[in-house]
Amino acid sequence: MNETAVKTENLTRKFGDFTAVDRVSIEVNRGEIFGFLGANGAGKTTMIRMLCGLLVPTGGMGHVAGFDIRTESEKIKQNIGYMSQKFSLYNDLTISENIDFYGGIYGLSPAEVKEKKIRILKELNLIRWANSMTADLPPGFKQGLALGTAMLHDPPIVFLDEPTSGVDPASRREFWEVIHQSAAKGITIFVTTHFMDEAEYCNRISIMSAGSIIALDTPRNLKKHHQRDSIQQVFIDLMKEETQSPENRAG
Amino acid sequence: MVPKRSVISSFAKKEFFHIIRDPRSLVILFLMPILQLIMFGYALKMEIQQVNLAVIDFNRSLSSHHLIDQFRGSHYFRPFYFDGSIEQIETLFKARQAHAVMVIPHDFNRQLQRHRSTPVQFIVDASDANAATTIRNYIAQTIRIFNQSHNRIEALPFEVRSTIFFNPDKKSTYFFVPGIIALLLVMISAMLTSITITREKETGTLEQILVSPIKSYQIILGKVLPYIFLAFAIGVIILLIGIFLFGVPFRGSIILLLVLSTLYILTALSLGLMISTIARTQQVAMMIALISTLLPTFMLSGFIFPIASMPEILQYFTYLVPAKYYLFIARGIILKGSNLMHLLQPTIFLLIMSLVLLVISIRKFEITLED
Ligand SMILES: Nc1ncnc2c1ncn2[C@@H]1O[C@H](COP(=O)(O)OP(=O)(O)OP(=O)(O)O)[C@@H](O)[C@H]1O
Ligand SMILES: [Mg+2]
Repeated sequence: MNETAVKTENLTRKFGDFTAVDRVSIEVNRGEIFGFLGANGAGKTTMIRMLCGLLVPTGGMGHVAGFDIRTESEKIKQNIGYMSQKFSLYNDLTISENIDFYGGIYGLSPAEVKEKKIRILKELNLIRWANSMTADLPPGFKQGLALGTAMLHDPPIVFLDEPTSGVDPASRREFWEVIHQSAAKGITIFVTTHFMDEAEYCNRISIMSAGSIIALDTPRNLKKHHQRDSIQQVFIDLMKEETQSPENRAG
Repeated sequence: MVPKRSVISSFAKKEFFHIIRDPRSLVILFLMPILQLIMFGYALKMEIQQVNLAVIDFNRSLSSHHLIDQFRGSHYFRPFYFDGSIEQIETLFKARQAHAVMVIPHDFNRQLQRHRSTPVQFIVDASDANAATTIRNYIAQTIRIFNQSHNRIEALPFEVRSTIFFNPDKKSTYFFVPGIIALLLVMISAMLTSITITREKETGTLEQILVSPIKSYQIILGKVLPYIFLAFAIGVIILLIGIFLFGVPFRGSIILLLVLSTLYILTALSLGLMISTIARTQQVAMMIALISTLLPTFMLSGFIFPIASMPEILQYFTYLVPAKYYLFIARGIILKGSNLMHLLQPTIFLLIMSLVLLVISIRKFEITLED
């Protein structure tokens, strides 16, 4: 695999007259933690869904793991993990059955699934809960389990759509630890979040507003450029500029 | 590469868990059709067996008594004397005290001896057209027997019309039981699968599945397999109850009936799946499944109305109704003892329908993930 994990050029998605993602061009490097920030409705989920092959772009180009998102989505599927914004494990299945299922549809052998299952459950301290209903898990564990399941098949690129929403701060920290460990192994992480403190953990962040990217840099550079101490304040500044002169944002 | 079967079986296993984790629905799934079958079956049985026949006998002779006894002797009729006038008949019907009235003229005995032929008036409550036809045929049948025993030389000028409802020994129940079974099986099967994909659309799990390398056909097969077993279990119960409770004489091979019932179930499950790929919400899916199975099965399968007597346009539509083929199969095996060779055509039709529906589902599914 080459060094660029995700690359888009003027990637666009319209729903009727409404443009949800407007000519977005980004490049994400292998092993990078790439954060996507933006208010509700900015277009983050739409962006991820196009990159995962769930949604066809209406304009522009995109490559994931070197494969064209328009024509090679089958190959992309082999190379990505995806954790959708909605909790998508089955609440009426036990934790163990959920892992078996997702392992199964990725074509993992029972032995592989078993090994991965033990590893995930150990990491989450859930060994004794393996046969409990997923519905009964606290939110933090649910998200951790969803992350583990999304990475069952060792994908080189992982898309996480607001993986920590509804999760308590302690669990969020643990969650990000897992993300960092994965990135250290060379896995590319593409993550959206509403939490500004989480943005600080990313290698680079892009801030999206109304379908376009209005800032893209390392957290340090962004803070330096805006002369602020936190991404939170940078974000507020940017949003203010946006509301004052929305037509200027394209450049 | 891991064999593809394991992907499908993982999927099927998951579906199986969904089924058993919802015992309340499971109980409803089994109980509902049983109750409906029993209610429906008995309703039809009663209607056929007990015809309350009001008798206005102006003659009061030995001959008129014989005639009445003839009706009493056939166990379909319960004759009772009615002393009112002919004008009061309507009240009798409205109060549901009588289904039919027989008026014996005052010269019945004399005419019978002199001319060997005499009219007897029958008035049948036709508020239920089917029942009325049946009753009329029973009357004709009874009169014919009366004629044969009392007037061998010359038959009464009585037109005996034999329609599909004509039934010397309450065949009507036998005739309807396969229809009820066909209706219940198609309804339940289609509704079962109609919500399975839409539910995953609603919960968002479908998206998670679609980013995996699983193929559409694997999803569709994984969905349909566990439901075949479930619907088959329900089917066996309905068939056994239908046949034994209503004493339907079984002339054919029960194995063949079960195999072909499974094929019919598969057709209905495939229809449900296709609906599931189109509908966005579970409610809509359920409604479509209900309407697309209930009405056509009731009206166009030959369950109630004989296909041959439908307007020609409607007759073409009946080719699209799976129950039409199943009824042919079930009635053939149960009532006539048909074997597979006799039933080749409807079997092939069902097979083609299932395949077409499954292929459409798979295609539709591929499009769903694109929009
Ligand atoms: N299938 C669709 N049809 C029509 N409009 C859509 C569709 N999907 C998304 N949109 C619209 O596109 C815009 C961007 O939605 P998107 O879900 O990408 O935002 P988001 O940044 O992920 O927001 P959030 O933080 O709330 O998750 C929204 O205004 C949304 O209403
Ligand atoms: Mg979103």
